Amino acid sequence: MTLNQLTAHEAVNLIKKKRITAYEIMQDIFNQIDKVDNLIKAFLFINREEALKQAKEIDKKVKNGEKLPPLAGVAVAIKDIIATRGTETTCGSKILKGFIPPYNAMVINKLREAGAIIIGKTNMDEFAMGSSTENSAFGPTYNPWDLERVPGGSSGGSAAAVAADETLVALGTDTGGSIRQPASLCGMVGLKPTYGRISRYGLVAYASSLDQIGPIAKDVTDCALVMKVISGHDNMDSTSVNLEVPDYLKSCQEGIEELKVGVPKEYFIEGIDPEVKAALEKALKIFEKLGARIEEASLPHTEYSLPTYYLIATAEASSNLARYDGVQYGYRAEEYEDLSSMYQKTRSEGFGSEVKRRIMLGTYALSSGYYDAYYLKAQKVRTLIKEDFDKVFSKYDILITPTSPTPAFKLNEKVSDPLTMYLSDIYTIPINLAGIPAISLNCGYSKSNLPIGLQIIGKHFSEETILRAAFNFEQNNEVEKKKPSIKPAKHKGVKK
Amino acid sequence: MTEKIITKKEVEYVAKLAKLEFNEEEKEEFTSQLNSILDYFKKLNELDTERVEPTAYVISMPNLLNEDKVKPSLPQDEVLFNSKYVKKGYFKVPKIM
Repeated sequence: MTLNQLTAHEAVNLIKKKRITAYEIMQDIFNQIDKVDNLIKAFLFINREEALKQAKEIDKKVKNGEKLPPLAGVAVAIKDIIATRGTETTCGSKILKGFIPPYNAMVINKLREAGAIIIGKTNMDEFAMGSSTENSAFGPTYNPWDLERVPGGSSGGSAAAVAADETLVALGTDTGGSIRQPASLCGMVGLKPTYGRISRYGLVAYASSLDQIGPIAKDVTDCALVMKVISGHDNMDSTSVNLEVPDYLKSCQEGIEELKVGVPKEYFIEGIDPEVKAALEKALKIFEKLGARIEEASLPHTEYSLPTYYLIATAEASSNLARYDGVQYGYRAEEYEDLSSMYQKTRSEGFGSEVKRRIMLGTYALSSGYYDAYYLKAQKVRTLIKEDFDKVFSKYDILITPTSPTPAFKLNEKVSDPLTMYLSDIYTIPINLAGIPAISLNCGYSKSNLPIGLQIIGKHFSEETILRAAFNFEQNNEVEKKKPSIKPAKHKGVKK
Repeated sequence: MTEKIITKKEVEYVAKLAKLEFNEEEKEEFTSQLNSILDYFKKLNELDTERVEPTAYVISMPNLLNEDKVKPSLPQDEVLFNSKYVKKGYFKVPKIM
């Protein structure tokens, strides 16, 4: 076993006990990146020299007997939509190619203070718009479990990097499922926190009322560990909530006897893969064995989530993305006649087609004469969706659903039909609309050896409860945890 | 495909509002894609929302106001660093008038 295969909590413990050094882990991480990232393409930038230097600093602290911070020496990969001072931040877009942020996002400062080491920036769907990482201006990322398939998206680079042991943990962002769906498709653990739990300062905005930053990790403990570090109030983000950060690691240790679990019947729709359904049913039996009480629940407005989400998200995006005009940073068209044509040419050449499609939709939904019919209507339906959750959470502690209706799909399978692509987020989108937290973790594998994820949803600020439920399941899951065997597509099935 | 909700002419108008430009082929493609998406969105009309309040933000919080105090900001050279078009401490754009 090489050290890049460790979880973050294992690595921190071994460093503390002086059994291994942070430098040795970092070397194995970069060896793995050198070995597999030409196949997976999870990274847009690699921070090798700086990371190795920081690892040496951690080792010096260990040698001097200094007290170590909670993530001492932990390699973290960052989705390329989170600002990193001095390191290019592109959002997977040509329009931000070469943009070097003059400041760090709050989560970066918090990770650094906790001793974590930023090893690089990961690929993503342009401006987080997509479910497959195929919308990146810098080419797609490939799923380590099957290189002909997508890793999910939009945080596909982060999820694939963790799954391929190219990093110990990663940060992603989730506006409609962009942490949970790729975590599910890559067999990892991903958490979308409550809206307001984590500062969005330095997160490039897509849809401001939905965006949240969260961890993607190899296990639930690592998820809890990172959550504890990056959560909390920040004066620089007026939507961040001033609430104490609980000890998420400690809360994992308790059992789930008598936990009331609802299983929303509307989530078992036509189009759900039978293997996903079977894996979920098997998982529910384990929850039952652990003492949880499982009942069918109902979220009657589920079917309205998708149109509601796409109206709100695109409207907010059309406004947020107005800033890319070629004036202060990023791409500027070479040829233009006047100011207006500079804007038009810069934006038309700089944005990819999905981003343009969403800007167009959002601009239309907000335009004079259509605002009430589309945007306001969607905000009203958002209230109904939120109320559905308020109602079920008066009766249940958590909800359990699949994370994605299917395991990882093939590249190019859905690109030509935006609506089909949007449907792959059907189970994750309502959670963002309600602003509640949810975690996705692996519950099994399909016959063709693709990971299947389950989603645990909680009420506002109940991260402790969903982490506890996830941890208990993870410790008792009867399906043995696997690692992907990263094989080039052309050699698949060929015996050597 | 059902009735047209958005015409090619409207697509051209929205593109102008969004400061985007498309060639003929793209215009046709966007018109057809936007129509099928908007057609799907009509689903929301099944719901009576006459008496429903809209939700803008899910966590209700009072407005947070910072003290009105001058604090250090980024140095000018760092702010200008990301543009190739800089002159005498300003961002340079084409002539406006």
